[in-house]
Amino acid sequence: MTPFAELLERLVFTPGRLAKTALLRDYFAHTPDPDRGYALAAIAGDLSFVAAKPAMIRQITEERVDPTLFAWSYDYVGDLAETVSLIWPTTAPGTAPRLSEVVAALHDTSKLAMPARVAGWLDVCDPSERLALLKLITGGLRVGASARLAKIALGEMADVPADDIEEVWHGLQPPYLPLFDWLEGRAPKPDAAGAPVFRPTMLAHPLEETDAAALDWAAYRAEWKWDGIRVQLVATARGQRLYTRTAEDISHGFPEILAAMDFQGVLDGELLVMRNGVVAPFGDLQQRLNRKAPGAKMLADFPAAVRLYDILIDGDGDLRALPFDERRVRLEQWYAAHRPERMDLSPLIPFDGPEALAELRLGARAASIEGLMLKRGDSPYLAGRPKGPWWKWKREPLAIDAVLMYAQRGHGRRSSIYSDYTFGLWRDDGVLVPVGKAYSGITDDELNFLDKWVRAHTTARFGPVREVEKALVLEIVFDAAQLSTRHKSGVALRFPRISRIRTDKPAAEADRLDSLMARVPPSGVAKGEALADLES
Amino acid sequence: MVAPHPETWLRVLPQGLFCEPGGFFIDPLRAVERAVISHGHSDHARAGHDAVLATPETLAIMRARMGEGRAGRVQQPLPYHEPITLGGVTMRLVPAGHVLGAAQIVMEWRGSRAVVSGDYKRQRDPTCAAFEPVECDVFVTEATFGFPVFRHPPPEHEIGKLLKSLTLFPDRTHLVGAYSLGKSQRVIALLREAGWDAPIYIHGALASICALYEAQGVRLGDLRPATVAAKDKFRGAIVIAPPAATADRWTRRFNDPVIARASGWMRVRQRAKMAGVELPLIVSDHADWDDLLSTITETRAPEVWVTHGSEEALIHALSLRQIRGRALRLVGYEDEEASEEAPDELASPPPEPGQHLAPLTDAP
Repeated sequence: MTPFAELLERLVFTPGRLAKTALLRDYFAHTPDPDRGYALAAIAGDLSFVAAKPAMIRQITEERVDPTLFAWSYDYVGDLAETVSLIWPTTAPGTAPRLSEVVAALHDTSKLAMPARVAGWLDVCDPSERLALLKLITGGLRVGASARLAKIALGEMADVPADDIEEVWHGLQPPYLPLFDWLEGRAPKPDAAGAPVFRPTMLAHPLEETDAAALDWAAYRAEWKWDGIRVQLVATARGQRLYTRTAEDISHGFPEILAAMDFQGVLDGELLVMRNGVVAPFGDLQQRLNRKAPGAKMLADFPAAVRLYDILIDGDGDLRALPFDERRVRLEQWYAAHRPERMDLSPLIPFDGPEALAELRLGARAASIEGLMLKRGDSPYLAGRPKGPWWKWKREPLAIDAVLMYAQRGHGRRSSIYSDYTFGLWRDDGVLVPVGKAYSGITDDELNFLDKWVRAHTTARFGPVREVEKALVLEIVFDAAQLSTRHKSGVALRFPRISRIRTDKPAAEADRLDSLMARVPPSGVAKGEALADLES
Repeated sequence: MVAPHPETWLRVLPQGLFCEPGGFFIDPLRAVERAVISHGHSDHARAGHDAVLATPETLAIMRARMGEGRAGRVQQPLPYHEPITLGGVTMRLVPAGHVLGAAQIVMEWRGSRAVVSGDYKRQRDPTCAAFEPVECDVFVTEATFGFPVFRHPPPEHEIGKLLKSLTLFPDRTHLVGAYSLGKSQRVIALLREAGWDAPIYIHGALASICALYEAQGVRLGDLRPATVAAKDKFRGAIVIAPPAATADRWTRRFNDPVIARASGWMRVRQRAKMAGVELPLIVSDHADWDDLLSTITETRAPEVWVTHGSEEALIHALSLRQIRGRALRLVGYEDEEASEEAPDELASPPPEPGQHLAPLTDAP
């Protein structure tokens, strides 16, 4: 438990992805089996046992601690597991159990015996071990590390591409001994044959003006870039899975897609909400993404579908080495043969030179379309983001002039710089309401300017946040706007970033909330959850 | 004759705690004629008193921090354990283990004994004399960490975390925020004990106090100024600075620093996160919850007065042990770290424990 607790404690305070990976790498390299495998499973969310309920934790604590002091402490700390980990009286000598012992015992312990078992562990742990234990058994580590990040760390440790680990991952179970044996050279690569495992996705680069100028347009095919999320459909004799492009398994959230995967193969496409063949705004898909197990009403109100654009494996045949044009023919043949429900083909868009395509892109204002994809006809399906074969050519972003309201210091390299900005628009009654937050889009010089400006125009401080005079206009560009009940303004922006600092514009002349509302596509009522959850 | 209860001869006046027969204030909050000072932190040692009595180390610290003229017109050094009689009150200074020179003030008058702890801790500290418990009728204690969630781990363990981080991130500067008087020197001394022989770079605000500690015989090893001129030397180095500087533009001279902070407040995650700390080190110069309670037990005092900190929780815990607790509410004392926090962190006070409840005071 001790190394696991130390790892969690460092991860929770470490903002940088590189630093997090280094911490994970060090842990996996220096922790023995099977503990490290169970830690990997805990981080990946792959551990399953009957989780202890917070009420039980509270009860065993109240048996040992004065209830008044416990209540005050909980008020002060604000987190039950943390409060208990700190306030628990250390009574028994001894050392913390190993993570593998805890996991094994949790499988064997009856609900009735659980309180005594947990209390016995807490007695011999120190506060940081207690916290790790409590987070483990109540489910939810919340340390800002994903399965993908852990696999990247493992890959770095063993000098193996993380995508190779993905290929074998879903055939393995905690504590993944064959995986570690392979990574450390004691055994061959685990055989994933027949298992519905993820295949690394091919990604596109954004097309900049300089790229466009040099492009051999005749070599490329064009498709619409749909505003959904990229998914991979994997179906074998051993099961069906739906993965995101980062290998997250989202099968449980989309049972109707799984039910329609009555074939064997691996396909690449866009997950969308579609009603009668019409793509709904992204906000509708968001409703589904927020639910791990959608109910009947959710399934009926927000029906999911997949628009296919590539085929990686057909039956036993791996098609990834074939050029795009041949794969496209195979995809169309496959689709004609299977006609799976809830799936259609993303059409190729015929075009006649760059000017015609540029015009198409300009005209692409439908909410369901983000822009264009350009794919070289002779390109094989390659893992990762090779530059050249695939381009994404997004439509021009929307822009608003907003007023800077709050600024917050960043993390790591930016920890001394006010680099996170909340901006707002004017409401009819003359009140400025926040509509979003942006961290990116500006040069280092502009960042320094804003940092100085924030320090010189602070009106109030709330922890690491400063409120500033409502006097500086920022031009914000974003990909789309949609309604949100979670934001005070009632609207949320997708991918907002700062494009310019408008020192030339008085704050009173910044945009009004109405003008942003006018750009929200109809029918995209997002209930409850906000965009920021998925995109941050 | 029955000994007089200390409440008849120790009074709380607007200036602070006053020993009436002795005619002196203890750690007064504003300038007075005669002051006895427990230790050199600025909320206890204020400038402008006429006569000041303290340990020689504390007087040296006051002179270094305030300048000769402001640290008391008349300075009277009193080494630990030497009794002195003032107006019939026999007084002596006993080590408090807080920082160099820190003392408890032990007073006896007509057979009744009161001890004012000043700030104190029970953990080992290579830079100052260890706390000695003194039996008494009234123990006047601090309660900075008077809350059951504050339980400090061994400082060696926390220094181990810092050294481990340096092996994990050998290219990153490790910037440790530590209060300039006491905590900084303790962290440096603990690092030396743990075998860190490399130069340690220090912020300018630490220089004079580090030199003073060295002059008092505390070995701190190779210390160098963390000036911009030394920029290329910071890779993989340890830099010590006041907490406020670690969140300031001053840090921009370092390459992708790991921001650490040595403080008892780091025990609570939200506090550490609010401060933008990547590596919290729970190193405190104040007694933690367990040490407050065990110290009070050792003094065998039937009555405890709490000067500052989380007095409600401590007084409640004492009542469960049949010890009478009283909150003195001496406004003006604070955790010394608060004065070196970045203004940002100060602006948002920590949640008050039990703030939804009516204040507990002076339970008879």
